[in-house]
Amino acid sequence: MFLPASSVGRKLVMAATGQLMTVFIILHVAGNSTIFFGNLNAYAAGLHSLWVLLWAVRIVMLPAVILHIIYALQLTVENGKARPVDYMKKENRTSTFAGRNMIWTGAVIGTFLVYHLLQYTFQVTNPALSAYRNLDEAGRPDVFLMVARTLQQPLIAAVYLLGVTALLLHLSHGIQSSFQTWGLNGERSFPFIRKGGSAAATILWLAYAAIPVTIFTGLLLR
Amino acid sequence: MTLDPKIPSGPLTEKWDRRKQEMKLVSPANKRKYRIIVVGTGLAGASAAATLGELGYNVDAFCFQDSPRRGHSIAAQGGINAAKNYPGDGDSVWRLFLDTIKGGDFRSREANVFRLAQVSANIIDQAVAQGVPFARDYAGYLDNRSFGGALVSRTFYARGQTGQQLLLGAYGALMRQVKLGSVRLHPRSEMLDLVVVNGHAKGITVRNLVTGEISSHAGDAVCLATGGYANVFYLSTNAIGSNVTATFRAYKRGALFANPCYTQIHPTCIPVTGDHQSKLTLMSESLRNDGRVWVPKNKDDKRQPGDIPEPDRDYFLERKYPAYGNLAPRDISSRAAKEVCDEGRGVGPGGRGVYLDFAGAIGRLGEQTIRERFGNLFEMYERITDENAYRQPMRIYPAPHYTMGGLWVDYDLQSTIPGLFVLGEANFSDHGANRLGASALMQGLADGYFIVPYTIADYLGRTTPGTANVDQQEFRASREEAAAATEKLLCINGKRTVNDFHRELGRLLWDNVGMTRSRESLTTALKRIPGIREEFRQNVAVPGSGGDLNQELEKAGRVADFLEFAELLTKDALAREESCGAHFRSEHETPDHEAKRDDENFSHVAAWEYKGDGKEPELHKEQLEFENVELAVRNYK
Amino acid sequence: MNLTLYVWRQKDAADTGQLVRYQAKNISPDMSFLEMLDGVNQELITTGGEPIAFDSDCREGICGACGQVVNGVPHGPRKLTTTCQLHMRNFRDGDTIYIEPFRSRAFPVIKDLVIDRGSLDRIIQAGGYISVHTGGAPDGNAILIPKQDAETAMDAAECIGCGACVAACPNGSAMLFTAAKVTHLAKLPQGRPEAGRRVCMMTEEMLKQGFGNCSNHYECEAACPKGIKARFIAKLNREFVTAQFT
Repeated sequence: MFLPASSVGRKLVMAATGQLMTVFIILHVAGNSTIFFGNLNAYAAGLHSLWVLLWAVRIVMLPAVILHIIYALQLTVENGKARPVDYMKKENRTSTFAGRNMIWTGAVIGTFLVYHLLQYTFQVTNPALSAYRNLDEAGRPDVFLMVARTLQQPLIAAVYLLGVTALLLHLSHGIQSSFQTWGLNGERSFPFIRKGGSAAATILWLAYAAIPVTIFTGLLLR
Repeated sequence: MTLDPKIPSGPLTEKWDRRKQEMKLVSPANKRKYRIIVVGTGLAGASAAATLGELGYNVDAFCFQDSPRRGHSIAAQGGINAAKNYPGDGDSVWRLFLDTIKGGDFRSREANVFRLAQVSANIIDQAVAQGVPFARDYAGYLDNRSFGGALVSRTFYARGQTGQQLLLGAYGALMRQVKLGSVRLHPRSEMLDLVVVNGHAKGITVRNLVTGEISSHAGDAVCLATGGYANVFYLSTNAIGSNVTATFRAYKRGALFANPCYTQIHPTCIPVTGDHQSKLTLMSESLRNDGRVWVPKNKDDKRQPGDIPEPDRDYFLERKYPAYGNLAPRDISSRAAKEVCDEGRGVGPGGRGVYLDFAGAIGRLGEQTIRERFGNLFEMYERITDENAYRQPMRIYPAPHYTMGGLWVDYDLQSTIPGLFVLGEANFSDHGANRLGASALMQGLADGYFIVPYTIADYLGRTTPGTANVDQQEFRASREEAAAATEKLLCINGKRTVNDFHRELGRLLWDNVGMTRSRESLTTALKRIPGIREEFRQNVAVPGSGGDLNQELEKAGRVADFLEFAELLTKDALAREESCGAHFRSEHETPDHEAKRDDENFSHVAAWEYKGDGKEPELHKEQLEFENVELAVRNYK
Repeated sequence: MNLTLYVWRQKDAADTGQLVRYQAKNISPDMSFLEMLDGVNQELITTGGEPIAFDSDCREGICGACGQVVNGVPHGPRKLTTTCQLHMRNFRDGDTIYIEPFRSRAFPVIKDLVIDRGSLDRIIQAGGYISVHTGGAPDGNAILIPKQDAETAMDAAECIGCGACVAACPNGSAMLFTAAKVTHLAKLPQGRPEAGRRVCMMTEEMLKQGFGNCSNHYECEAACPKGIKARFIAKLNREFVTAQFT
């Protein structure tokens, strides 16, 4: 059977692409954290010098994101149809707000992602602050300036907080869910994975949220 | 009419092989020309329908439940017997045969019982191959336990859900045939009539319980596997829907009803709590392996069970039956419990209960061991009674559970109507006057997997296929009658509910035709049943219409049949002037109050023939010949 | 005790249905939930109303016929308990109880609380068995099965096919039901030869019947009256992956 034609097959794709993106998110935050050590620009310059790797990642991530979105939409539509008449009264016992709203947190993340790319990758939202236009003392694109100046604006900082919070919710369900979907759990590891997924999501949230928060509050000084 | 059981000649051990060799076969190419109707999808029905489908016949399978997986076989807890002798404790086909004959108090047919013991081993193999997860030991071998007072460990089990697992195995086999197209499934269909054409069973009339449509189905043979009639007592361990309708209507079409008075009362059920009670719940007999049954010695002893010291307790089963003690057979244990309650020594609200105490076993084996053995049963008990049986003794009381009687069948499981085969609890053949624990599953599956698929071929081989069709006069008349009967119930518009009548009938039978019967009590019942029936016909309230799902109408039809059938049951009990197995007549007891058989006059099957509405049924006797066993008095002391 | 009930009444599949209020009076705590409804029905019949239709058969928690969503929870508030085994002592005098049918596109309502669960049978028909013919099976002990595997198979085989998992699932998925059968048979050596085919056919059929997809909420596990574990779904998924790559 063609894998994506089946219910489990599509979920496997969802889980695999989700895990791939999670790995990316972990690497991304690791790289971003150089901002706290004052060498974000060096990190950015270094990354761009490894352009083969950078493009390889982009080439892998783009279809992953697209597949993840397509199947998310398809599964959600199917799942919605599966209960045409809803309960007048329904109590949820184990499912979470995050789990039931994956499509919405996903939509927020997707929208945020577009904005994020326009802002820091294509650098078209705030052209005056574009890193390509402003070089630092070492002659590197001043990524820090771009990031710091944009995130000092309340609206942008709020958008970033919203984005990473949606990510927190998405991952708090998504991580454990992807393990379950691939069957990468056993009787004993299952509860651990369920808790571990939420814990990992929370850690990632703290790491990501720290950037807009410290910049906006002025804690992060050059 | 002479009843010919068609027992094959030759030594007991060779009869079945001999019969199989004599039988006609249907060629593979011809099998698909035959259509077989199977009613009921419990163990017997599902296994028969699946096997017949596999063989290449066209099968139509009917059940009143919403899915064929729900037949009441599913509720059997304890296990299934088989003469495998895996534990090497001296079991054999012969011993299983002897135990079953003796357990049935020498009122069953030798040849049938022997065949049952013979095929018992095949059932286990078949079930294992189907993936039934029987209990295993650490080496991976099948585990056995001793059950229901047997002196060998021959019971195979799947936790406390053996019936469920075996039924799901048969259901799986049936579903496979449905997928392959050899079996057509008709769930939520209730059989209302058997259609007999030129003396042969050629079809059935059913009501579609969803649309209310009454339709007929024609075939070349009909198998009834519709279970027992313990619900005639209203409160029983049977499912709410279990009924006598299919077999009773077949009886009205000419099939003989055998031994209706053999009704088994199971000793370990949860006592009744009040008038709202809709059914009784059985606690597996295996509890008696570790629990001790007792009541206070003094009838005015109202202390909590834990406060009653040993000397003031009467462990009545151990006292009366020292050899078997708490493991005495079902009929004996039930009667003993009734006796102490009749003496006023019963416990719990209403005084109809005895203690089943695990304190000793918990002290000896530890609570953990008891939890492992019976955890699910203790939980069930707690759910129902809100009592913790680890801390205080359970309260149990006997309840109607299984009915040994059923439509009369010959060795081929064919009734007195050619082409009508009767399987499982619906027939009468294998358990005599009392069924042993873990034998019902064995019989249902033996009939369905290993007997009827052979014997039906012998009948079909002599029959031209496809002669019946639903436009024939007999079918039309059957539909019209069924529709008229349904309409009649809807038109009464009385004041009392169906349940109300059923409860009244049940109480009357329980009090007078229950565990202990006397000429007087039976006569009382016979006098009062027609009155209830008459009132039912005048004053029952059946709301709604016949054109859709109408559960009250379903119940009304079933209760109407129980109201007639109850009389037959009582008449049979009155005619059987002896005590045997589950049938206990207080006039016929030994000086120490045990059942006293009368082999000289009653070593027969009582088979009743319907003679028309309002007419006395005619009794036919099939003499039971015992060539291989010696009739002995059952002694469990 | 006295209770207020809001019961889903629906004449037939075409009807839209609505909640109707009833009073249940003088309810004994020893009654089962269904006996409480029996009582309400008795009163409805004698007062000229139409009784509430609901399924039940064994009334001892094993046949799987009963099942209602009680106060938003399939089979009601008590864990590991079918509706028929739920006793009224789990409620308090004056309580309001909402009673609805199990809802799923694959479970069309027939009347009131009675639904058609034939879709579950069709999932089994797609492969929930071992294709063995009657007769000719090898000796039961010819295949040794490690106790642990037999126990896990039995854990999964305890499913009663009531459909509470579907009713509880936010996606109306029958994954727990399907996984229980897949795990039961995949854990046994007899079931291995068909394991790959089985898992593919059954999950495909599940989708075809109109059930949703599993997105790992585990509401099914919480609702299951027999304690079937969500890790069996992981087992199904593993079986599916194995089937794809072998």
